[in-house]
Amino acid sequence: MDTSVITGLGYVVASGLFIFGLKMLGSPATARRGNMVSAAGMLVAIVVALMDQGIVDYTWIIGGMVAGGLVGAVAARAVAMTSMPEMVALFNGLGGSASLLVGWAALTPDAATFTLVTIVLSILIGGVTLTGSLIAYGKLSEIMGSGQIVFRGQQIVNSLVIIGIFSGAVMFTMEPTNPNWLYMVIGLSLVFGVMAVIPIGGADMPVVISLLNSYSGLAACAAGFAIDNNVLIVAGSLVGASGIILTQIMCKAMNRSLTNVLFSGFASVSNEVTEIEGEIKPINAEDAYYILEAASSVAIIPGYGMAVAQAQHVVKELSNLLEANGAEVVFGIHPVAGRMPGHMNVLLAEADVPYDQLLEMDEINPRMDNVDVAIVIGANDVVNPAAREVESSPIYGMPVINVADARTVFVLKRSMASGFAGIENPLFYKENTRMLFGDAKESLGKLVTELSS
Amino acid sequence: MNGAEYLLFILMLSVFLGFELINKVPATLHTPLMSGANAISGITVVGAVALAGNGQGDLAQWLGAGAVALATVNVIGGYLVTDRMLGFFKKRED
Repeated sequence: MDTSVITGLGYVVASGLFIFGLKMLGSPATARRGNMVSAAGMLVAIVVALMDQGIVDYTWIIGGMVAGGLVGAVAARAVAMTSMPEMVALFNGLGGSASLLVGWAALTPDAATFTLVTIVLSILIGGVTLTGSLIAYGKLSEIMGSGQIVFRGQQIVNSLVIIGIFSGAVMFTMEPTNPNWLYMVIGLSLVFGVMAVIPIGGADMPVVISLLNSYSGLAACAAGFAIDNNVLIVAGSLVGASGIILTQIMCKAMNRSLTNVLFSGFASVSNEVTEIEGEIKPINAEDAYYILEAASSVAIIPGYGMAVAQAQHVVKELSNLLEANGAEVVFGIHPVAGRMPGHMNVLLAEADVPYDQLLEMDEINPRMDNVDVAIVIGANDVVNPAAREVESSPIYGMPVINVADARTVFVLKRSMASGFAGIENPLFYKENTRMLFGDAKESLGKLVTELSS
Repeated sequence: MNGAEYLLFILMLSVFLGFELINKVPATLHTPLMSGANAISGITVVGAVALAGNGQGDLAQWLGAGAVALATVNVIGGYLVTDRMLGFFKKRED
């Protein structure tokens, strides 16, 4: 049989396995097998690709696969769950750069205009994904500051870069034999990736990495067009769709449009100081223990601070002790808690918290009236009642977890500094709020000691 | 040889299918979904091997070899880390 038929059929099987694997990701019970099904699809695709008759020398293929495979395997084993956002950001960048290189390599002197357009697209999307992801990685791993980087004339620079990319792309498709146009598009795409991500602050990172996740898929898709390969198009568009959906979910959870996240940040919102009534009432671990001991229903609301303090294991210990004491314990997870979609869920799962104990915002809010104690651990903006009550607040309208509806709220917080968005939080001044100051892990440790004695 | 309109047809169908599938993934699995998507986007390796193995010693071969290495990091790293993460997800034992 002709090998191109086998290749074609192999790609059909691979695409089917990808689709079926993603379908199995629809439930935590089948998700792990789904991932294996998807991996099997990848294996099939790679095996049939290696049977390509155009391949005359396997040296560099094997070299590349061994090198890449080793790096990937070591990274996957070594990465801490708290660092997953950085890892995904980096992988987005690698995917983008691979597509950039494939698009570039696909350039032949006799390429048709349609192919040239798709080559430009894979280089453009791949390049933006590469440098954008590296900047996101730098911000998430705090190699560079996580704040917004804005400067005078930024919009003008960005406009010039976009015009440059566009004209370079047009010139390239008209004159593909002149490599300077190609280099211009590659260079400016890399610059544009940097420019696109530097003005976005740390708290908006869930949106950025979702979007870059999508771009890495779209880049693969464009490369698929450039080299006339349908399995790249199928797999790339599945990834592209996934990233876009996550981006939408993240934006909705912050009540902001994608344009607003990408181009303005919180800086443009007027920062008028509103008088907050009430006073801060600190509490110590011992008094907190007496209240917790009497509680029959406890809700724990984690945020990025829990990840920073590495407090997920001691949170689980606390939850066990409270349950042993007869209380019902649930976790309320806001969609943008943490630095990437689902970040909190993975950390708590690693600490052995069963996934059916983790409730989404829409599930926990109606139950909050019946909660005796809500414990906020390292979360700030996602529990800020100003989103419901203060019309002038920059986050007004954002859906939040209504912890103030619980009988008592404990807020575990290092100090009185405001959240990443720099917005005052009236929750801290509420009648039923008690502040437990200090490192989250230490404070929880004290509660655990009190409860277990 | 595939025509452009045939590829666009595939694109359209996969995008719609992707939206339907991903909308059903629960929020609790969004991180493994993203790392799993990283692995799938390593599909570029399939295109890169033909370029890396052309035996010409030209630019395309070197670019292809680089792409094979980068995309393989995604494939191996993405699937392994996703598997590791999904291993943590357990239901309450009653």
